[in-house]
Amino acid sequence: MHIIEDGNAAAALGVRLCRPQVIAAYPITPQTPVTEKLSEYVEEGSLSAQYIPVESEHSALAVCIAASSAGARVFTATSANGLLYMHEQVQWAAGARLPIVMCVVNRAVGAPWNIWNDQQDSISQRDTGWIQMYCADHQQILDTVIKAYWLAEKVSIPIMVCYDGYILSHTFMPFDLPEARAVDAFLPPFQPEYALNPREPANLNTVTLPDVRMDVHGELAHGYMEIRYLLQEDLRLALGAAAEMEKRFAGVFGREADPYLEPYRCDDADFVAVGLGSLTYQLRVSVDALRAEGIRVGVMGVRFYRPFPDEAIARALTGKTGVIVFEKALSYGYEGALASDLKSALYEYLGGTGRLPTVQNFIAGIGGREIHTQDLTDTLRAAIQARVSKEPAWIGLKL
Amino acid sequence: MKKDYLEIRWHGRGGQGAITAAKVVAGAAFSSGFAGVVMAPTFGTERRGAPVMTSLKISKTKIYDLSPIEKPDIVVVLDHLLLKEADVTHGLKPGGIIVLNTPMAHETHHFKDFKLATADVTAISVEAGLPHGMVNTGIIGSLERAANLLGIDLLIERIEEEFRTRRPEKNALAARLAYERTATGG
Repeated sequence: MHIIEDGNAAAALGVRLCRPQVIAAYPITPQTPVTEKLSEYVEEGSLSAQYIPVESEHSALAVCIAASSAGARVFTATSANGLLYMHEQVQWAAGARLPIVMCVVNRAVGAPWNIWNDQQDSISQRDTGWIQMYCADHQQILDTVIKAYWLAEKVSIPIMVCYDGYILSHTFMPFDLPEARAVDAFLPPFQPEYALNPREPANLNTVTLPDVRMDVHGELAHGYMEIRYLLQEDLRLALGAAAEMEKRFAGVFGREADPYLEPYRCDDADFVAVGLGSLTYQLRVSVDALRAEGIRVGVMGVRFYRPFPDEAIARALTGKTGVIVFEKALSYGYEGALASDLKSALYEYLGGTGRLPTVQNFIAGIGGREIHTQDLTDTLRAAIQARVSKEPAWIGLKL
Repeated sequence: MKKDYLEIRWHGRGGQGAITAAKVVAGAAFSSGFAGVVMAPTFGTERRGAPVMTSLKISKTKIYDLSPIEKPDIVVVLDHLLLKEADVTHGLKPGGIIVLNTPMAHETHHFKDFKLATADVTAISVEAGLPHGMVNTGIIGSLERAANLLGIDLLIERIEEEFRTRRPEKNALAARLAYERTATGG
């Protein structure tokens, strides 16, 4: 059934269909409507879950960590400084290998204070060991929430489902709301490999020595480094699990998608614009305009950002003349994080072949600065005609 | 509706229900086969009584550009006093339509290069039995009279659905009366 709702409703409805058992969240603009809707669902009885009010984001994720350790399916959501405030617990959740799903409704971080959209919040959590998936419209928000639970529980790694604040969270558009039984067919109840049990007390994630050691059972136990190595290994293996996730999802819902990338008019393109989230859909309009001028350009959205699908990206960009990366965040002091990651992937797979595409980097929409489609079109055209002199170049800067 | 793509900008005041009105039209358009409907309020500055804007894009195909409307085909103004506070015709295409809720006579408003449609939606809504100041369903009737978008019957059906727990008959009547009494031309 198609309904017209905003992006936060798409997220909340997706979460409800996944039947989480514990929800803990602290409201922050533009995430607030997600928490309001979920608390209403619990109140009216359409969602059978414990909704635990907390006094901060740090506590919200702490509650989720505890509940997930006890074997519950959990959910939280946040934005911007709320995400930064839970950063310690974000790291902990990944190290503890808990399959938490969290929506990050992307918003600029302070200072100065700003409530509007960019992606500095989730990008700043890139290296925490979470899987990060980015959405470009409401169908993707709803679908990605459902997929995320399957994948998180498959690989025991938490997932951030990221979508642009306001541009998606507060904008209404139609999307298909699946039947509960279809979601149940795709997503079985959470069955943890290990769950806390008061009758069998245990310590979890206490001080773990630099080296391996004999545990109380006389078995060789991992040191900290082995545990962290396995997180990295399993994150890389999650790329394969993501492919399985898409295949299973398409089998149940009939919506087929590439697990990592969303290319548009890229096959015969000489130049490809690359980005994360709704910006890549807006770029489609620019691509159409430039195609009408005879310029062979496409755009590719990166849906799966961590683990980074380096091989898929390098393959998709092989043979291209140039890549133009548009970002709503940057690694301050250098360039956009996606641009760096993408260059690294290209170097790895195409370095030394003499076929490395040029890579240019543009920053746009920081702190909600309006991104005019015409500006994107003009920027793209100019970047194709001649390399910009200073990178990263900021679009729409008024200095 | 004759066009495959249309942009409507709504000007109201915070709390006046412009978003709900745009949502009703969006729902009617989608059920009429417009696969792309996108409705976006202005973000972050909503306060009760303050001027607010809402963008509605309607398209035969999926809409990928979520950026705010720059050159609307139609502007809908829920309160004539907004004419003094906001540049409601900003970017309006030449020949574009202004739908205005005003207690003043149609002839007293002058907009060069644009088509004007007026009705005293505030009074009409009270006549329909709604509390004073509730104009967001009546204005939909005026919009339909001015622009011939989707058919008044379908719009009223959507109004009854959207307001099923909040005076559906009175809201429907307000839209019907405004549709019948909207002045155009000149």
